[in-house]
Amino acid sequence: MTFEVVMAGFGGQGVMLMGQILAYAGMVHGKQVSWMPSYGPEMRGGTANCTVIVADEAIGSPVVAHPYAVVALNRPSLDKFESAVRPGGVLIYNESLISTPPTRSDIKVVAVAANQIADELGNVKVANMVALGALLEVTDLVPMECITEALKKALPAHRQDMLAVNLAAIERGKQAAEIP
Amino acid sequence: MSERVLMKGNEAIAEAAIQAGCRFFFGYPITPQNELPEYMSRRMPQVEGTFLQAESEVAAINMVYGAAGAGARVMTSSSSPGISLKQEGISYLAGAELPAVIVNIVRGGPGLGSIQPSQGDYFQAVKGGGHGDYRLLVLAPANLQEAVDLVTEAFDLADLYRNPVLILGDGLLGQMMEPVLADLYRNPVLILGDGLLGQMMEPVEFRKLPKRELPPKTWATTGMRHHPHKNIINSLVLDAPGLEKHNLHLQEKYARMKLNEQRAESLHCADAEVVIVAYGSTARIAKTAVMSLRQSGLKVGLFRPVTLWPFPVNALGELVPKVKAFLTVEMSAGQMVEDVKLAVNGARPVHFYGRMGGMVPTPEEISSECVRVLGGVR
Repeated sequence: MTFEVVMAGFGGQGVMLMGQILAYAGMVHGKQVSWMPSYGPEMRGGTANCTVIVADEAIGSPVVAHPYAVVALNRPSLDKFESAVRPGGVLIYNESLISTPPTRSDIKVVAVAANQIADELGNVKVANMVALGALLEVTDLVPMECITEALKKALPAHRQDMLAVNLAAIERGKQAAEIP
Repeated sequence: MSERVLMKGNEAIAEAAIQAGCRFFFGYPITPQNELPEYMSRRMPQVEGTFLQAESEVAAINMVYGAAGAGARVMTSSSSPGISLKQEGISYLAGAELPAVIVNIVRGGPGLGSIQPSQGDYFQAVKGGGHGDYRLLVLAPANLQEAVDLVTEAFDLADLYRNPVLILGDGLLGQMMEPVLADLYRNPVLILGDGLLGQMMEPVEFRKLPKRELPPKTWATTGMRHHPHKNIINSLVLDAPGLEKHNLHLQEKYARMKLNEQRAESLHCADAEVVIVAYGSTARIAKTAVMSLRQSGLKVGLFRPVTLWPFPVNALGELVPKVKAFLTVEMSAGQMVEDVKLAVNGARPVHFYGRMGGMVPTPEEISSECVRVLGGVR
């Protein structure tokens, strides 16, 4: 089984970190993982994105043209990657910043108000974790305890107090993506 | 749970160098390899090593010459334009037979080019690059675990052959080398990678490889406390017969490298009608293409040179009678394809597919090119 996820947003929305958390959690879960960032001048102002692959077997190409899932945190990212999602795949979009919903009908589309939920939690910076929660709910990529361990590793010693709000954000994201 | 750590390629290469005993790093910043010197600047003081950001690439490579001459394990890294600037120093290292490890995380060219991944420096790496008749051992890792293992090996190989080693980005691990005579071996080693290898993250494990018997560095310029004679390190031989003799000695060393150091990996080649030849990141992308073509029942394989110099002509040659055609894939206009053609020597068609300027081929592109070649041979 191979899951490819492209995560995209404005530089500063935390898409790189969100991808690293997922890759780290996959590694803790005993999977093969890779994380490939877009890098270059596009990071400043435009969209930044990363590709995370979680697989049972050794990973070949770290870049994919048609990922299984896309997480789009802003409008330019949705415009760029909506058409790339593999038929039958998953598209998670941040409806706080994207007013026009995606049009694809051959994929599972999930709207999450990531910024609004993060605001409610008192820290807009965790919007990325809300989106990650939605992805985890829809795909079952890695168990929650692996994500928790990854977060503990990713947060520097003096930021461990942020663990709770990050976990809360993931939980709210999961709830938002639940099928009623 | 496991000892694997998730690291960026550039950082993993740096840590592997430190664990291999590298205690001197000289460099000058350039994207996409900046995380490597950045990591070194943090780690070297912790292991009582020296990190120095030189005033230029030319200065950095000559500092490498000095440290290597004193017998230290030393590394420098850069990306394409920076490696071009280092060529004079690399030629001097090869001429003076100094062991060093040089990392090139290749970006799009020519000129300042772009900062995206490329394999356009193949010719520079394997055909010389600098002036004079010399060769570097060129290693091309394809994933981060291999990069880590090859860096460890690169330092040993450099000491053995007393030659700079270039790591050009893709590698195979754990292959044993035959024991060799000390004085005939000392060479720079080049590790050739690209932006993909440098920027991506993968889990890596810093494992202990089998210890290799290495000769003492009796040639190093460490003062006369330990021996009565003067050691002199030099690449200037004004007397023509003397310089020819030195060149013959170098050529003999390179011949031994050709004999002992060819490395390659084959995947699904046993019954393949078409074999893709690719190295480094392109090889791992091609691997995805091969796996999906195999699922469709198509007989295709992958041949991946791990040493770009010496080129694995023996292993590739063995495939020639079994295969109908070859398809070389590179992130260049077609450079390694010339070595593939030399090895195949006209016995089979050798096709080429390449992307340039920082464009990375997709598995789908490689697959459809492979299907086209397959259609032609049936």
